[in-house]
Amino acid sequence: MSLLEVNGLDVHYGDFQAIYGLDLRVDEGETLAVIGANGAGKSTLLKTIAGLMRPTAGDILYEGASLTPVPSYQRVPKGISLTPEGRKIFRSLTVEENLKVGAHIKRPGPWNLQSVYEAFPLVADRRDRLGVNLSGGEQQAAAIGRALMSNPRLLLLDEVSLGLAPVVVEQIYDAIPTITGNGTTVLVVEQDVNQALKVADRVQCLLEGRTVLEGPPSSLTRDEIAAAYFGI
Amino acid sequence: MQWLNAIIQGILLGGLYALLAAGLSLMFGVMRIVNLAHGVLAMLAAYLGVVFVNNLGLPWFLALVIVVPIMAAVGYVLQWGLFNRAISKGGLAPLLVAFGLAVVLTQLLQQIFSADSRSIQIGALGTSSIQVSDTIYIGWFPLMTFVVGVLVIAGVQVFLNRAPLGRAMRATSDDPETVNLMGINNRQVYALATALAMATVGLAGMFIGTKTQFIPTYGDLVLIFAFEAVIIGGLGSLWGTLVGGIILGVAQTVGSQINPSYGLLVGNLVFLAILAFRPQGLLPKAVTT
Amino acid sequence: MSTPTETHAHATVTSHAKVKRSTRSSWAGLGIAVPVVLFMAAAPYIIDRGFQQQLVTLFSLVVLATMWNLLAGYGGMVSVGQQAYIGIGAYGLVYLADTLGLDPFLAVPLSVIIAGLLSIPISFLAFRLVGGYFAIGTWVIAEVVKQITMQVDALGAGIGLSLTSLNELSPGRRIAYVYWLSLAAVVIAVAVTYFLMRSRLGLGFTAIRDDQVAASSLGVRVTHSKRFVFVVSAMGCALAGGMIAANTLRITPDSIYSVNFSAFMIFMVIIGGIGTIEGPIVGAIVFFALQEWLSDLGTWYLIIIGVLAIVITLFLPRGLWGLISGNGRIRLFPVGYRLVNPIERFGRHPD
Ligand SMILES: Nc1ncnc2c1ncn2[C@@H]1O[C@H](COP(=O)(O)OP(=O)(O)OP(=O)(O)O)[C@@H](O)[C@H]1O
Ligand SMILES: [Mg+2]
Repeated sequence: MSLLEVNGLDVHYGDFQAIYGLDLRVDEGETLAVIGANGAGKSTLLKTIAGLMRPTAGDILYEGASLTPVPSYQRVPKGISLTPEGRKIFRSLTVEENLKVGAHIKRPGPWNLQSVYEAFPLVADRRDRLGVNLSGGEQQAAAIGRALMSNPRLLLLDEVSLGLAPVVVEQIYDAIPTITGNGTTVLVVEQDVNQALKVADRVQCLLEGRTVLEGPPSSLTRDEIAAAYFGI
Repeated sequence: MQWLNAIIQGILLGGLYALLAAGLSLMFGVMRIVNLAHGVLAMLAAYLGVVFVNNLGLPWFLALVIVVPIMAAVGYVLQWGLFNRAISKGGLAPLLVAFGLAVVLTQLLQQIFSADSRSIQIGALGTSSIQVSDTIYIGWFPLMTFVVGVLVIAGVQVFLNRAPLGRAMRATSDDPETVNLMGINNRQVYALATALAMATVGLAGMFIGTKTQFIPTYGDLVLIFAFEAVIIGGLGSLWGTLVGGIILGVAQTVGSQINPSYGLLVGNLVFLAILAFRPQGLLPKAVTT
Repeated sequence: MSTPTETHAHATVTSHAKVKRSTRSSWAGLGIAVPVVLFMAAAPYIIDRGFQQQLVTLFSLVVLATMWNLLAGYGGMVSVGQQAYIGIGAYGLVYLADTLGLDPFLAVPLSVIIAGLLSIPISFLAFRLVGGYFAIGTWVIAEVVKQITMQVDALGAGIGLSLTSLNELSPGRRIAYVYWLSLAAVVIAVAVTYFLMRSRLGLGFTAIRDDQVAASSLGVRVTHSKRFVFVVSAMGCALAGGMIAANTLRITPDSIYSVNFSAFMIFMVIIGGIGTIEGPIVGAIVFFALQEWLSDLGTWYLIIIGVLAIVITLFLPRGLWGLISGNGRIRLFPVGYRLVNPIERFGRHPD
């Protein structure tokens, strides 16, 4: 049984359909990267898994049970945690307060203030700074730290690299082995294909709301990926 | 000496206004609702006080202990039943719903309790005072009101700064969708915030209903005083609200000292002057997001 | 936290959106409105004085609802203080006509102008607040106007004034003249709102309604447009105040500056349908009918109407007119394409 199983998922924004009959699965312990161009539906997929959006058809199974009736805030105690696109750091709270809000439900596990600070020195240095005053990279690191504070079983990361300097992206991706090493399964969404290929055990490429390519990085050629990515 | 007395009485009155304003400020701070029914809800608490103290003969302090949780429950139910729905509609809906509630509740109180003026009885405590000098007396009840006002402001501030739920309220205020990703139900946070706000309104209603002869439409004035205290002090700052309440209180008592019919007018004019010359208020919150 | 201060956008209108506004139903609208107005104008020859006076009350409600809708439904400003201008209009009429001896039918437009002038400095104060705080702010300003009125002996202080200069006319003429004045006021209020909303200003408001930040960056002069609407609405409310004074012949500060006028305006607009020309008219008629029908119930009528307004806000945000017109498919007075309903959209906080 997969940890997460998405079956025939349709998602709409009003009349506009963003995802068409999508299938996806993530096994415990593996790292799946979902890639795709702008507007492919990656963020929509993650928001639907996290419960911020409702599918119009299809189902999402987590630990074998349907998530459909579960509101977003009840998915966190089950172990699903999303670092949203745009980071969404609480602006008037300090970094440390942001982390504490992440731990609001007190789900037990290896992650706490201490271990987050160790994994993200960038965050530790800024612990007393207000969210509004953080740089993009600091926000991203703090947002991942905040998501980890709920000790997720499945961590959903949306566009970690967006708008960040390569060095910072590097630093943040360096923490992913620590995260998976602590027993968390990671589903990462990326536009930066190289980063995705580096961390992922398996890659799934979306185009306009549909899967166009899937497999372990080693089995896929660059040309195959490029063709799928751009739909050519 | 009369002037000094007016100022002292005004400061004490300011504590009451800060107490009135705390809930208005809290609801706005957490969910951006300006609760136009704030004043009449304070009147609801005051009428509950009349029922428990005057009609059922309970001791004043016992009535207080009963009215506050009742009001908190009223707040919780109102939020789930009315305001959360209105918020999900967005736009003007919360404001219009709050206004409708204010009108309906005022008329209901009028139906139930008539438009005769009432006051909660408190016995000797209502009239006893400390003599400070030949002409200056400080009433025990106004003093107690002031102390409670300051304590409530301080308590809410500490709660928001330190308590996990207070932190969750601030986070929800920043971004009500994202807190759901932290396992926090923003609607439940709203309901708890309104419950807390209404608990302070319960306190405020008991105190104002004891101090003043009131009728249901007195809630209009309560709303206006609370609002003026909030704006004079600066949005988002509870200590500012205390300062705003004191300035309003002093303006009113000094105005009444000039001419008994000037009290309200001078208070309003001071408010308008601050709006004109210092629209951010006296102690605005340092960080605005 | 957002601050109560208004952001000022300074730029010029650049966008020229093409919007087709006249539809077949709008010709029908004119086809209905003209005969109705002509028929109503003949009423004093047909119906008795009591009924005429009742219709003047209804007309004043229509004007008030239309003006509140102009403010909130198009301009996004929820005011709870329009009674300030009702009072100014009413006191203006009585003072100019009785004390200064002006012709009452000249005094009405004059006091409307005075109210408009006063609303300009007032707008600078009120516009420092937004949303719900704007609402209470306008209320405080109305209270101040009332309290100042009560300090002026020439205005009857706390007791109020009676309008006597109309008594030179026979009661039949007096009532008929006031009736025609009021009918004209309705036509003016509706026409002004209609043409304002069809103008470039109205288009700008559609943009503001959709997204204030985007609108200001597109060059819509948000604050200026709002101030203009604020002043027009004040003048319309003053006109209604004059109608009320001429109809009842007696004003007191407590009644003419009553916040209940705001309650009526808000309820009429919500019930009828906010953000349309037709909605407030429908709302005023329904409100008036309910008031008459429920008058035996005392204050219960306000409770019932208030509950109705809450329910409509939550479950039928386009109001009765939305229901009648099939959610906007029929437009007697099309003022441009409405993209969103203001109840659902205004004031949403940009994150
Ligand atoms: N709030 C919204 N309302 C309407 N359409 C939306 C909304 N959000 C996204 N969409 C549309 O849904 C589609 C998928 O968007 P989504 O954000 O999931 O893409 P994405 O793959 O995350 O893109 P990016 O890499 O740019 O973040 C796009 O066509 C987008 O325009
Ligand atoms: Mg995305």
